[in-house]
Amino acid sequence: MDLDLTEDQEAIRDVFADFFTSETGPERARAAEPVGFDAAAWERLMETGAPGMGVDADLGGGGASLADLAVVAEEAGARIAPLPLVDHQVTARLLASVGGCDDDVLSGAAIAGLAVRPVEDGTARTVPTGAVTGRLVALDGDRLIAVDGPPGDPLANHGCLPLAHREVSEATVLAKGPEAIAAYDRALDEWRTLTASTLVGITRTALDLGVAYVKEREQFGRPVGSFQAVQHLLADLPGLLDGARLLTAKAAWAGDRASAGESGVLDVDANDVTDFGALATMALVVAGEAAATSTDRSLHVHGGYGFSEEYDIQLFFRRARALALLLGDPARECRRLADRMFTDPAAA
Amino acid sequence: MDFSLGPQAAEFRDQIRAFVAEHLTTEVVDRMHATGTFNDRDLNGALADAGLLAGAVPGYGDRDPIELYVLFNELEKAGAPYDGLAVTMLVAGVVNAVGTDFHREAVLDRLLTGRFNCCLGYSEPDHGSDLAAITTRAVREGDGWVINGQKMWTTMAHEADWVILLTRTNPDVPKHKGLTMFLVPMDTPGIEVQPVPTMATERTNATFYDEVRVGDEWRLGEVDGGWTVMGVALAFERGVMGGTNPAVPLLRHVRDWAATAPAPDGGRMLDDPVLRERMARTAIANQVSQLLTLRAAWIAATGGLPGLEGSMAKLYATEQYQQAVGWFQQMAGAEGLLGFHADGAAADGWIDYDARHAPVTTIYGGTTEINRNNVAERHLGLPRAR
Repeated sequence: MDLDLTEDQEAIRDVFADFFTSETGPERARAAEPVGFDAAAWERLMETGAPGMGVDADLGGGGASLADLAVVAEEAGARIAPLPLVDHQVTARLLASVGGCDDDVLSGAAIAGLAVRPVEDGTARTVPTGAVTGRLVALDGDRLIAVDGPPGDPLANHGCLPLAHREVSEATVLAKGPEAIAAYDRALDEWRTLTASTLVGITRTALDLGVAYVKEREQFGRPVGSFQAVQHLLADLPGLLDGARLLTAKAAWAGDRASAGESGVLDVDANDVTDFGALATMALVVAGEAAATSTDRSLHVHGGYGFSEEYDIQLFFRRARALALLLGDPARECRRLADRMFTDPAAA
Repeated sequence: MDFSLGPQAAEFRDQIRAFVAEHLTTEVVDRMHATGTFNDRDLNGALADAGLLAGAVPGYGDRDPIELYVLFNELEKAGAPYDGLAVTMLVAGVVNAVGTDFHREAVLDRLLTGRFNCCLGYSEPDHGSDLAAITTRAVREGDGWVINGQKMWTTMAHEADWVILLTRTNPDVPKHKGLTMFLVPMDTPGIEVQPVPTMATERTNATFYDEVRVGDEWRLGEVDGGWTVMGVALAFERGVMGGTNPAVPLLRHVRDWAATAPAPDGGRMLDDPVLRERMARTAIANQVSQLLTLRAAWIAATGGLPGLEGSMAKLYATEQYQQAVGWFQQMAGAEGLLGFHADGAAADGWIDYDARHAPVTTIYGGTTEINRNNVAERHLGLPRAR
């Protein structure tokens, strides 16, 4: 048992906190709207090795664990970096797992992305980074496929994310059958985990913005943050933030254990859960709710200014909702989780 | 990070699970609900005899400190009567942290046998959340003290051997600075215990102190330093000593019920997609509550006082529990109203029980509002309200 980051992870956190502070942040996110991509920042990110850092060292990557990547994703989320980093890293790991991660993907010269929902009728719809991704990986039936091509046309959207539909007719088959489905499912769980971490970062900054504002803003002759009704809206958030962060870290830890061949436990009756698939879904649901609540309450305590484009909180509010819904309705994710947890005693 | 229990803690957990399987009989659980006394000395004594209790005292000894969390978490998940034991071990931790050699010998050593109990004498009829305003007086007389006053919500007082008693020793200074804590033997003349029944079968008490005389050796901490002792006690209490995973047994009971209960529109309740979603959400909240509690225990275990982290765990866990109870009672319909041993009761009456119990969880051990004040002021650094 150890609930602290390793020394290496603290160093990673500090390096990327500095990077995303100087190279991204709310102003850069605003400037990158509506598409949600900052090409100059991506060029700088390539210099850090971040695009390939999650691929095994003996395949030419940085050898970072999922837990390490989660630390990076939180820092990116905290500054709403308009960069397709999580999707690229997850896809690079997926490509590497099926023997298809080339130098361009490792370096980030070719941006890779994942269709997080299966292909329907030759189209991958609303791909999270479809408007910036050159190499798209998707699941089409029981085939894991890669498509190289120009990015898709950006779709106007709530979170100003680089969403696009993509045709996948001329595809390379990477894997077929159970192997393809297992590799894709694993990548989706990694995507859930790292997207949850991004949402944790959003939750954190939204809380900071709200607290800073209510300390400064005065009404009735005193800071609005001295009113208990305002305080109590914000006081629920640190627990949501820390709970989401702990659960996401646990999911990443479970993912790394699964990579090492250790099987997890899913014993709901004893609240004993170390199963990666279950924890990844749990983390995305919890982080999505934490980010929604944090951005909602922080925006609210900004009063009318929170609704204006000028203030940063609205940038976080919209991205919090968008990232949490890319996979679909969280209630559906919960029912999928129920199918995994509550096996039918009659059928067992 | 590493979320696995270390080998020693994992072995300890397995021992607790084996102990629970052997000792937590239906009779023990029935007796607990019939008497309203959530304390079982036979069970506590057997835990001590099995060598499982010493790890339960926060900050005590050289056991893997996560054992504290493991013990109460396992007992809570199993639905065992652990409330009395939790309070007793909490006091043991306070005595260990701030007590004298006399306290350790006279009290701590006995508490570790599992055959002695403590209760908490904090709240009064007129002072609950504003705890520092209590008026029970302790006045010096010769080498000792004379105590007069009344305490409320002294749960387990009728079973307890000692009460940890917060008193006012100086009414002429700011309220937090005139308090002194005592450890008072319950058989001291002048103490009276009156039962206070509650809507959830749990019995609590009012206790009266009339010219109660104790020697100075029973003082715990400095004279007028009672608020410091309270800080230690509250940090141990919130989040660390159980109380944050009540929805684990609830979910287990609901799942057992839903596997066979017919749905009004055909099929079984377990196939109802809304119920499945809510069960999954409850399982998710149970993980988060566990992690927040574990974090508080981790801090206590590594020498810190997790006051804020305990507040966060309690805020989250109790509100999630209440939401889950509301969902499940509603979905069980009329059968969710039926109690223990009633014919046709959903989940054998557990849903009714949890729905009765849930409201107190956001009140006792520091209300939700007090915990929010705590987080707002000390964690977020917002200006003091009120």
